[in-house]
Amino acid sequence: MKRRTGLILVGFLLWIVVYPIAIVILESFRDAEGWTVTPLIGFVREPSEWSALWNSVWISLASVVSAGVVGIPLAFVFEKLEFPGRRILGALVALPAVLPPLVGVIAFLFLYGESGFVARIITEVLDLDESPWRLRGAGAILLVHSYSMYVYFYLFTRAGLAKIDSSMTEAAQSLGSPGFSIFRRVTLPLLKPQLGAAALLAFMTSLGSFSAPYIFGGGFRVMTTRIVTSKLNGDMPAALIEATWLAAVALLGLVMFRRFSGSRSVAVMSKGMAARAATIRQPMARWGATTIGWLFAAFLLLPHITLVLVSFVPLNGWSTEILPSSYTIANYITLLHEPERLRPLWNSIWMAGVSTILVLTLSLWAAREIVQRKVRLRGTIESLLNVPWAVPGTVLAVALATMFSVSAPWVGRWVLVGTVVILPLAYFVRNIPVACGAVVAGLRQIDPSLSEAAASLGASKMRTLWRVTVPLIRPALLAGGALAFVTAAGDFVTSVVLYTFETRPVSIEILGALRDFDIGMAAAYGVVLMFVSAAAMVVGTRR
Amino acid sequence: MQGSYLKVDGLTKRFGDHVAANDISLNISRGEVLALLGPSGSGKTTMLRLLAGFEQPDSGSILLDGIDLTQLRPAERRFGMVFQHYALFPHLTAGENVAFGLSDLSDKDAARRVAEVMDLVDLAGFQHREVSSLSGGQQQRIAVARALAPNPRVLLLDEPLSNLDPTLREKTRTELRTALKEIGITTIFVTHEQEEAFALGDVVAVLREGKVEQIGAAPELYENPVNKFVATFVGRASSLDGTMLENGRVKVGEGVEWESRPAAGVVSGAAVDVVVRPEHLSFGETGLAGVIRSVRYNGARAYFTVDVSGENLEVESSVHSASVGDSVRVSASQAYTFVKQPA
Repeated sequence: MKRRTGLILVGFLLWIVVYPIAIVILESFRDAEGWTVTPLIGFVREPSEWSALWNSVWISLASVVSAGVVGIPLAFVFEKLEFPGRRILGALVALPAVLPPLVGVIAFLFLYGESGFVARIITEVLDLDESPWRLRGAGAILLVHSYSMYVYFYLFTRAGLAKIDSSMTEAAQSLGSPGFSIFRRVTLPLLKPQLGAAALLAFMTSLGSFSAPYIFGGGFRVMTTRIVTSKLNGDMPAALIEATWLAAVALLGLVMFRRFSGSRSVAVMSKGMAARAATIRQPMARWGATTIGWLFAAFLLLPHITLVLVSFVPLNGWSTEILPSSYTIANYITLLHEPERLRPLWNSIWMAGVSTILVLTLSLWAAREIVQRKVRLRGTIESLLNVPWAVPGTVLAVALATMFSVSAPWVGRWVLVGTVVILPLAYFVRNIPVACGAVVAGLRQIDPSLSEAAASLGASKMRTLWRVTVPLIRPALLAGGALAFVTAAGDFVTSVVLYTFETRPVSIEILGALRDFDIGMAAAYGVVLMFVSAAAMVVGTRR
Repeated sequence: MQGSYLKVDGLTKRFGDHVAANDISLNISRGEVLALLGPSGSGKTTMLRLLAGFEQPDSGSILLDGIDLTQLRPAERRFGMVFQHYALFPHLTAGENVAFGLSDLSDKDAARRVAEVMDLVDLAGFQHREVSSLSGGQQQRIAVARALAPNPRVLLLDEPLSNLDPTLREKTRTELRTALKEIGITTIFVTHEQEEAFALGDVVAVLREGKVEQIGAAPELYENPVNKFVATFVGRASSLDGTMLENGRVKVGEGVEWESRPAAGVVSGAAVDVVVRPEHLSFGETGLAGVIRSVRYNGARAYFTVDVSGENLEVESSVHSASVGDSVRVSASQAYTFVKQPA
């Protein structure tokens, strides 16, 4: 009984997360006649493939560094110093998290693009003939990446600092260490696991990032954009071999970052008092910190504000002026009243909702197997749950597209591409790591004798689940569910490979609106998505 | 004694190489309170979990009233369980906790039953309190009330008093004993404290390394231990080496022979383990020569630790009979002898 449900779970995970990727790798070495290395040779001999691969790697490493340079000091300022507005600013700083990737990218386009607000102001002030810059290439991608990914470093570092017992730094002080030496020899090593985790997250997100290179890349190609281009051009062999290479790089990155950061969590060894924030007394420094804090928050909020502003711009309502000349709520009215305009929004919400419910169900099942029943396969299950995380979204999308375009039920393959099933399924697979991670961790903190107590009181398994387990891990379920929902609702990377006209999500519609130069409409969709994401996050972080 | 109500037959449970329960058999009469006493790692908690159904045995069976329930799931056994850390549901109130097992009853009947058992544990009117606002002793009583509410056939208690502070422990022990006897419920509880086992249990089973070493009422265990482990674990005792003599006495040193109660299998001439209780040892003119190392006072009596050529003997005597550093001679009025166990 015990072993069987664990085995079923392992079988299911193998089918849905490992099998598609295995198919991609195998099929990249096959053609109509059988085994072949032609695509591989084609890849190896093509300099543009190598440059795209190299671009993917260096832009990801550079994103890690730039995100860390912004996020880590910021975390120290907010955790260690007390200044006016610290609380509210500390919350505002996490704002980029509510901007789905594509929405963030278009907000940057409207703000810093060659015809964005900033460029227009500078052109006007300096009386230039054309825009002073073009938001293109590696620099633009890096800017967007640092904006959205510093949050990882900021949140992880703050969490780590909050956990470090003040007695540890006090011990170092009493041993006569000077301030900087304490930072280098005590604080930093204690933070290493958190920093490693943030760096890994930033690296994997950058490697899989698609929206920014797609919109801003221009001639600068990375692997994700190449894969999608190959796929959309119908060159499946090229897409498959490119996906294989990107997956290999991702795996290598995962192994290397894990080795660097180690798996030990040293910061939680002792419990005690967390260090208190020091109040800045010197008036100048106090004003300085406050000003910098608010300026930074304003910088972070500018994309959101831009998006809202542009969403009120009618079609062709903004040509050469610094600010649009007319504003209207027509975009929102259109969005809500034209069924074809409302459909993408509805699609995104129901598909994200269904995938979230599915992934939470799976996470409950997995958590029960791993934590409560302690099946022998629990190590395997945990590794399998993390697989989709190590695979860039584009690769996963290509993998699912390949797997579910063939009807072969006896080997677990059905034709799902082109049906309403494929996108919710893809969102579900992508969100397995984040949802299961949260729920497994949540259940680990619950005393196992609570569900035993329910059983000994005669409660059935269902009653125990609904009356005891679920209420107790509700915060973890909400948090995991909110993250999954936000990711799915704002997804662009997998949708662009797998959508059909009928099931097109908001991100695809935003892209379409941009192509029609209907920037107001694109922004309106972005705003709606932003508020939906924010609402989900509010629900998810409620205690 | 009536026929057995709960019958455990040859129960065995392995965790990997470790045998947590090794062919355990027990018979418990209806309404009897059985204590499972043993050091940590002796398998007593495993035994309780096997009875509750949280673990499945590798072999053996559990019968209640002649009906085999080895294969039944915990929810089907109708055994009440009180957990060591109580396992009260933190998201429910005290009353909701107690009512948890009463889902078959109508709301009205459930409320009546809740009030009844809460009254029994002296917590009438605490229904709407948050669990976290209760003291440790109150939480323990809620846990007992919750387990008793659905009228279980057997009550299982895992170290029921171990999380209470010492002053509260004795009071709670008495109340628990009274309540159990008042309801007349068949009870099995686990403890590592001999005093608790003796005070609460009608019958005590001493466990070691997954095996039942001896089972019996408290005086039986204390006066007639079957082996050195039981003799030293139940009550205080010191042990030393000796040789069994023809006359039924045991030789513990040159020219020193003590009265002995040989256990089964002890033959004359054999090297034996000699176990002697402090109250059977006394200071005198003859006996084993030793030096007092330390004294532990306990009211009018005191326990003296005497170093007898490297072995420590604990002697109970009047407070002023000796002091640290004195050279003394120790003799015994009675000693247990057991077949020598390999280390």
